[in-house]
Amino acid sequence: MERRDFLTSSGATALALAASTGLTSAHAQNASRWNKAAFDSKTLADAAKSMGATSAPVESKDLILQAPEIAENGNVVRIGAQSNIANTTQIAFVVEKNPSALAAMFDVPAGTDANVSTNIKMGQSSNVFALAKVGDKFFYAVKEVKVTLGGCGG
Amino acid sequence: MSDPMRIRAQAQGDKTTVRVLVGHEMESGQRKDAAGKVVPAWFIQEISATWNGKTVMSAQWGTAVSKNPFMQFSFKGGKAGDKIVVSWTDNRGDKRSDEAVVT
Repeated sequence: MERRDFLTSSGATALALAASTGLTSAHAQNASRWNKAAFDSKTLADAAKSMGATSAPVESKDLILQAPEIAENGNVVRIGAQSNIANTTQIAFVVEKNPSALAAMFDVPAGTDANVSTNIKMGQSSNVFALAKVGDKFFYAVKEVKVTLGGCGG
Repeated sequence: MSDPMRIRAQAQGDKTTVRVLVGHEMESGQRKDAAGKVVPAWFIQEISATWNGKTVMSAQWGTAVSKNPFMQFSFKGGKAGDKIVVSWTDNRGDKRSDEAVVT
């Protein structure tokens, strides 16, 4: 009887374990709101589209992109963007010639400044875009960054 | 296990500026090892920050964010002693959360 109990309980444990590991990996994937389509995009237009744009992004002088003219090391390129367009809800960085063009996107909740910076990798000299989402419209600013030493291959 | 993040949050005037340095490989998936095999991508996908429990930043990152990522942002409000919590999740499902106080 004891043995039978043990068997049932260990069987149950194994099942529970299997279920929980199964659940964990499924949960990790479901919990993620990471926008794969956007990060797979190859162009500014595609990135904007997968972020919800219904029309092509428009260049704006009220969106200021900070990026170096020359980046000696493509592994670490400091870029930043400040949007002076009211109700900017998202800022993204797109590197035209990187294998996946979208580098990062930042949600800007109410009360947070539409001004973010980060470090990105660049494989080669390329146009870098800042993309701002305002309502259902997208605006961009562009700057060419020359890279002396690429940061993607090896 | 990953290294703790370095978080600095400074209140100035009516704003708080937060700078975060994360310890993470951010492997691009483009690199090859000595044997010529592609090193699989390993990178932070989501990172967010709260101020006294309210989300003040949430971001999605791709493989192009640099190794040991840096992020800076600012929000309205915040005073010395307020709590900032930054959390990330990477594509392997690893997570980390660290906190700092506003100075």
